[in-house]
Amino acid sequence: MSERLVIIGAGMATGRLLDHLIAEAPGAFDITLFNAEPRGTYNRLMLSPVLSGELSFDEIVTHDEAWYRRHGITCRFGEWVQAIDPARQVVIGERGEVVYDKLVVATGSTPFIIPLPGHDLPGVIAYRDLEDTEEMITLAERPDARAVVIGGGLLGLEAAAGMAARGTRVTVVHLADHLMERQLDGPAGRLLQEALEARGIEVLCGAQSREILAGDDGRVRALQLADGTELPCDLLVMAVGIRPSVSLASETGIETGRGVIVDDRLKTSVPGIFALGECVEHDGALFGLVAPLFDQAKVLAKTLRGEAASFVNKEVSTKLKVTGCDLFSAGDFRDGEGRDSIVYSDPTSAIYKRLVIEGERLVGAVIYGDTNDGGWFFNLIRDGADISALRDSLIFGPAFQDATPVTPAPALMEVTA
Amino acid sequence: MTQAKSACQIRSTCPYCGVGCGVLLKPDDKGALDVRGDAEHPANFGRLCSKGSALGETVSLDGRLLAPQIQGQESDWDRALDLVATTFSDTLAKHGPDSVAFYVSGQLLTEDYYVANKLMKGFIGSANIDTNSRLCMASTVAGHKRAFGTDTVPGTYEDLDEADLIVLTGSNLAWCHPVLYQRILATRKKRPEQKLVVIDPRRTASCDLADLHLPLALGSDVALFNGLLAEIAKRGLVDAAFAQNVSGLEEAIATAEGEDLSVTGLSDDLLAEFYELWCATEKTVTIFSQGVNQSSSGTDKVNAITNCHLATGRIGRAGMGPFSVTGQPNAMGGREVGGLANMLACHLDIENADHRDAVRTFWDAPAMPDQIGLKAVDMFKAVGEGTIKALWILHTNPAVSMPDADRVREAIKGCDFVVVSDITGATDTARLADVLLPATAWGEKDGTVTNSDRLISRQRAALPAPGSCKPDWQQITEVARRMGFGAAFDYQSPAEIFREYAALSGIAGGFGKDFDISGLKDLSDSAYAALRPTRWPVSDGKQGGRFFADGAFFTPDGKGRMLPVTWKPPVSKVERRYPFRLNTGRIRDQWHTMTRTARSPRLSAHYAEPFLELHPEDAAERGIGPTALVEVTTPHGKAILRAMITDRITKGDVFAPMHWTGENAPAARIDALVAPVTDPISGQPESKGSVAQIKPFEAAWYGFAISQSPVKATSDYWAVAKTTAGYRVELAGRETPEDWLKEARMLFDMPEAEAQTMFDPAKGTARIAFHQDGALVAALFISRKPVAVMRDYLSHLPGGEAPQVLSGKSPADQPDPGPVLCSCFNVGVNTILTAIETRGLMTVEAIGEALQAGTNCGSCRPEIKALITRAKGKEAAE
Repeated sequence: MSERLVIIGAGMATGRLLDHLIAEAPGAFDITLFNAEPRGTYNRLMLSPVLSGELSFDEIVTHDEAWYRRHGITCRFGEWVQAIDPARQVVIGERGEVVYDKLVVATGSTPFIIPLPGHDLPGVIAYRDLEDTEEMITLAERPDARAVVIGGGLLGLEAAAGMAARGTRVTVVHLADHLMERQLDGPAGRLLQEALEARGIEVLCGAQSREILAGDDGRVRALQLADGTELPCDLLVMAVGIRPSVSLASETGIETGRGVIVDDRLKTSVPGIFALGECVEHDGALFGLVAPLFDQAKVLAKTLRGEAASFVNKEVSTKLKVTGCDLFSAGDFRDGEGRDSIVYSDPTSAIYKRLVIEGERLVGAVIYGDTNDGGWFFNLIRDGADISALRDSLIFGPAFQDATPVTPAPALMEVTA
Repeated sequence: MTQAKSACQIRSTCPYCGVGCGVLLKPDDKGALDVRGDAEHPANFGRLCSKGSALGETVSLDGRLLAPQIQGQESDWDRALDLVATTFSDTLAKHGPDSVAFYVSGQLLTEDYYVANKLMKGFIGSANIDTNSRLCMASTVAGHKRAFGTDTVPGTYEDLDEADLIVLTGSNLAWCHPVLYQRILATRKKRPEQKLVVIDPRRTASCDLADLHLPLALGSDVALFNGLLAEIAKRGLVDAAFAQNVSGLEEAIATAEGEDLSVTGLSDDLLAEFYELWCATEKTVTIFSQGVNQSSSGTDKVNAITNCHLATGRIGRAGMGPFSVTGQPNAMGGREVGGLANMLACHLDIENADHRDAVRTFWDAPAMPDQIGLKAVDMFKAVGEGTIKALWILHTNPAVSMPDADRVREAIKGCDFVVVSDITGATDTARLADVLLPATAWGEKDGTVTNSDRLISRQRAALPAPGSCKPDWQQITEVARRMGFGAAFDYQSPAEIFREYAALSGIAGGFGKDFDISGLKDLSDSAYAALRPTRWPVSDGKQGGRFFADGAFFTPDGKGRMLPVTWKPPVSKVERRYPFRLNTGRIRDQWHTMTRTARSPRLSAHYAEPFLELHPEDAAERGIGPTALVEVTTPHGKAILRAMITDRITKGDVFAPMHWTGENAPAARIDALVAPVTDPISGQPESKGSVAQIKPFEAAWYGFAISQSPVKATSDYWAVAKTTAGYRVELAGRETPEDWLKEARMLFDMPEAEAQTMFDPAKGTARIAFHQDGALVAALFISRKPVAVMRDYLSHLPGGEAPQVLSGKSPADQPDPGPVLCSCFNVGVNTILTAIETRGLMTVEAIGEALQAGTNCGSCRPEIKALITRAKGKEAAE
């Protein structure tokens, strides 16, 4: 008889877990899948092209209903899980209980909403799911639509760019002094800002929000900044970060910190209960990028089947595309004692690269505009390779590292024997 | 054949060394010139060297002086010539004839020379006209006169074909007279028994195929040849019959026998081998050049050589004789026409009253000096002291090329009135002129030159005179007219001047002089235009041929003279403060002060910056690495040069090329380091015998730049070279500027443009490029260590798309050709090395077949061979 496996949350990590289980242990589990969103798994990273109109929603669905049906998975979509009773090994949903032998908590993350006055007004949204996306799409149908995005990180900029592409006038309000400060340094952030401004997006950095103002209709009317500036808007998108969704787990008595705490095999503190994805905290780390989530899914598939596997949180690099601007960052690129930077700048081609070096080893890299060599830099960071011999040509990438020696022999070559 | 043979090809003569190669010129309608060797010219039979082959690249009008200038302001001929004439006349009137001087050049044609000499010696009344031939040939002139009674080259180039032994002494013939060297190699191919001996402190390219190389101590030639003379006497090889026509034999031999041969630094075995070869080979030609001449005992060296030939009677017969090869296209013409301060004209002597009277009568001259004038070094001393107050410099660059050049530059700068005739205003000397006169350049000039084997050849104009440029003879005659000497200078053409000159030589012939071309005095204009290469003398008595086989010399007693000469060390003494001996000279692809050759990208690619050859042990002792810059100091000046560490040079000696100037490498004006010491007889400077200290140049930074346009460098060290795409520059400095971007903007004059940059401040690395409309304009590479980039690859990038220029490297699919070795076909060192390594091409011929390298002029063949040898050595070591 198959083991009863219940999974809460049908995000991208779950999708990958299911792929592994179906492929590697078909029929081993009797699977029930809860999802608060009234739909199955789609590629959340691709919401931006849906927003900008490049793709339709159908095109980003990874597991459709037919797929679940084919693999005999019981889907309970659009249903919130009320509680978990570990003693009885049941999950209590809005529409009834399900017994599990093994339970996977994959509740993902929740957008962080700054508790500004007016944050709960209609017209204030996050950018997390299809509903948010659809609201932004609908907005553009209004003439002279205006939107404000709080947060100049990846998500906020994608929202801004997507809305702008549909004709909405967008202002990005960002607290730090340059965009994407966790991925980019100042010069790269400013290049990105210039590129966005060239697309008609207004960007205000170092801008502190004070209050969200309501209009006569009770909807959002404007964002007021600390300096008193009012930015009129019909929609306000708050994209200032995400938090792991841990409430269900903590209410269940599972140990949580910032996320649901798991060991290397993705086991939580409660026997039979595992956790996966953005809700997880592993060895103090949280996860927002897709690559480690897929690693987790692979490990968890083995753990569920009783095979030995262990999750290792590897160094990650970020290769991003924000509305046609290629960005890359990896490692730790902060300035500091004992750290040197090699900086390449080509304003004409809008290319910027900074490599951070500590003790003749590459520790960080930021690239704007030409990210082809990102992987190569990432490997150097990960491997801790000694770059002293390559230093002068390092920033130009692997194409310029062939074996041909460049002698400094100036204009002369001593040839007569 | 005549000029008319081919309507579109003009026969002329190469303007570089004294080989005097015939060239065929074919101008196109865009002002460019196709240059080929003239197969019918007896000096080269069609062959040209790398410099001659690249002549077409040097005729563009970039940087040409096209109009007269007065105090840096453009003027017109009338005003400029009036000012020159008035100032010279006033100076004469106020301070006498010796307060003015002409300093002229082996670049002048014989006709130019003739009128300059006539004006100075016959009308101004001073002998203060000297030529830059003083710097290269004066000791030969003096030695010839002492031995033969006249300045006569006894033999001809055919002797090189017929000799069984050729001795090169003080001559890097492979680089400095490549066509003659190739002629010898061709002979050796036909007659492998012909032997070649090279006597040179350095192991030069000429040693490549030599049977014997004697690396004698610098300046010890007299001892070496005295040893030879003593050996000749000891073996009883004195030609008793010929000795009837020679005086001074016993004394010379006795003196030679007393010589201490240890000063040559050569082993007894090496000496014995050379002496045996020389003694046993009757058909011996001893070729000598600047290594002999540029010495405080240059004249004695020449006579130590002529002594050996006179004692054995090996002179003036086929395949034997002492043979001076000259450095300039018309050094010989200048010697013949009286361009030197101690000659009159046509080998007549100023101090001989009969000669003076004859010339005065012939010229109907109002004023003639009865004493010799100031030779170059003394002339510029007098300029510095203010006794010479008006100076006219024609086609030469003494602010660079004179010894103690910084002092000479100061002297010219301080002179009351300086006129410079040249083809460009961009020379160290021209920049000091009060009046600049634009002259016609080689491709535009019409007249005659004489080469090293007495062949008078025509230079013919192939291009029109640009702007308001005038030939030098016209400039001189117009000044003469304005000074009131119109009747004597009423020439309409070079042919007219030549006829007068030929007629005057007849008078010289009447005095029993060798130089007599009176047979040409009635040459019609058309015959002059069509004149074929003609060896002097051309008189009723004698036509061309060799001199002295008959034992008839031009001394008062008609005998050849042997001189008792003894070795004297160079005047400057090596001491603790200056422990090195500084040798100077030429490189393969540059000429003099580079005003012409530096315009050719091909020629500039061989050695694109000035350097100092030093021995590996000397370098190691002083901590000088293979890419370091070296600071060279002598009691007279300083220079910064790139180290070239090589065991071709003797420990304790250093060698630097003489070519670089304030225009292209202001820290490398090598003659600023040379002591103004001269040979007491010839007045020729000891350019190869100064003493020096060397130490590493303490550079805080090094730079390399490429640019489409000229750059404005100001650093402690910089050297610029022309490339096909613009310019390349080496830079270095003692202090690091704060803002490299700002420096780059100044260097390239790009105050506004957006810059592509790469900075690694912790390592002192900065790379900056400017692009315009997608094309690279300029780039600068800075490093705390000598810059490691693919220079030769980068050098061709300006003007094209080069988004990755700052990498300093070629992408893997575009190999770096390396420094150009074969200038004729533009083949780089790396290309050749790759062919050796990957295709196993192990002979110079195989390389030539595959890459064409070395198949035209052949002057790079020794270097190709060296690369193969090196590759073989590497293979063996592996």
